[in-house]
Amino acid sequence: MTGQENANAPQSLPKVAPLLQFRNVWVEYGEKVVLERVNLEIPAGAFVSVVGPSGAGKSTFLRLILGQEAPSRGTVLFDGARMAAECGPDRGVVFQRYSVFPHLTVIGNVLFGLECAAAPVLGRLFGARRRAALAEADAMLDAVGLSSARDQYPAQLSGGMQQRLALAQALVKHPRVLLLDEPFGALDPGIRVDMHELVTGLWRDHGLTVVMVTHDIGEAFKLGTRVLAFDKRRHDPHAPQRYGATATYDVPLLRKTGDARMANVTQNTAGPAAASDHPAESA
Amino acid sequence: MTRLINLRPSRRGRIMAGAVPILILALTYALAAALRHADNPADKVLPTVGAMASALWRMATQVDPVSGQITLLADTVASLYRLGAGLALATATALTLGLLLGVLPLARAVLGPVITVIAVIPPIAVLPILFIALGLGEAAKIALIAIGIAPYMTRDLAAHVAGLPAEQFIKAQTLGANSWVVAIRVALPQMMPRLIETLRFSMGPAWVFLIAAEAIASDVGLGYRIFLVRRYLAMDIILPYVAWISLLAIAADALLQLASRKGFPWAQGAAR
Repeated sequence: MTGQENANAPQSLPKVAPLLQFRNVWVEYGEKVVLERVNLEIPAGAFVSVVGPSGAGKSTFLRLILGQEAPSRGTVLFDGARMAAECGPDRGVVFQRYSVFPHLTVIGNVLFGLECAAAPVLGRLFGARRRAALAEADAMLDAVGLSSARDQYPAQLSGGMQQRLALAQALVKHPRVLLLDEPFGALDPGIRVDMHELVTGLWRDHGLTVVMVTHDIGEAFKLGTRVLAFDKRRHDPHAPQRYGATATYDVPLLRKTGDARMANVTQNTAGPAAASDHPAESA
Repeated sequence: MTRLINLRPSRRGRIMAGAVPILILALTYALAAALRHADNPADKVLPTVGAMASALWRMATQVDPVSGQITLLADTVASLYRLGAGLALATATALTLGLLLGVLPLARAVLGPVITVIAVIPPIAVLPILFIALGLGEAAKIALIAIGIAPYMTRDLAAHVAGLPAEQFIKAQTLGANSWVVAIRVALPQMMPRLIETLRFSMGPAWVFLIAAEAIASDVGLGYRIFLVRRYLAMDIILPYVAWISLLAIAADALLQLASRKGFPWAQGAAR
């Protein structure tokens, strides 16, 4: 197992302790095996795209990192420590839908995370602390281009604007890892391109570690510094639940991490190419 | 030829179309009353509109020599007080328990079955117990209303909260919210429009329980009055009282709807 792990690790990344480590991770529900023998390391600063057919455990993989689910075998290490099976503020998430709170305004949605941290009893801030948090939230809204919609409710926003808001809401907490679960799946193609630029820019500017699940292979290669393809290695036609999926392909897109040999693998990567020294920055 | 399912009346057309059955009902009543009075001028079963108006005027303006109060006013105040207290009690209970059950799976496991059991007990059947335990005063009537509607409201609100997208709860946790903050900042605000909705649905049963309790043991109240004058076959009082109760119910419903629209603009946008 360890041999495979080393072989898969991106060669050009600096040798720092990986942010996330999967050691022989299995996820089983009774007889049904969803993930098996997942051995992976994700260094800080990576933009990992996860692709694969439906039912190949992409979302389960994401939920493991999120802490929404625990492995049935093996360990997931987050920053060298065993991951708690509960979501915490060190991980940010954007879902395809329902990522924002419908009862809060745009600014209220971004403010929410700041209020949670500072006011565990009332869940609200007042006075100078509220003003400071508001300033921070406003800056975040500015960064995702939502300042003009500051006082609107999510129902009044378009799908793309809602996802911008979801990003701002997550990033205001400065998460160690940002998880994106098909974040652009419900958006128009034009809006999607805008969102790609936004996410790439945020990744670069905020020194983020991103794990993104997507159905869109083009999107996976365009945005990621590394593409993981999940699928089942073995398949028993008489017992389709017998074997689980694992990362069958692990493609480091080295151009984005400073290696020109892989330059022909991706296109449209003018933006992310500038992020070559990025992992060192955030480490 | 336009299909029937695609025929939509305009706003004015809708109002006129809606008024037609009401007018027919009113006219039918007036005609039936006139016919009966032609046969027997002392008929009490279908009083004329004039007789009902004068009876209502008497109830609404004259001070009753026994109680020293204007009857309609005293009845209305007494009934609305009981109804309001019962609704308030039920609302507070349903809000607290609904939030608890909706947010905490543990609370759902502990309290869910017991609330289901309480909810299937016909409230009127426990009225004697309430009279024995709480006496014949206001407490028993208020308790009947609260017991009658609180279990339904609790289950409705708990189901609503439990049905909120799981993504919201996950998201709140990744934003650093503890259980308490999730409850009061994520679940509670999203419960409020539903609370008003479930309160509106509970108004009908609440009136039933109020009038039943008043009919059985009371000395003032709208339900008490109707059942009292029934002994004298005083339809000229019963019918205006029923109309007055309906009017109060419609007004309460309209007020709740207004409160929901004004108080929770975000919920209106989503429901579009």
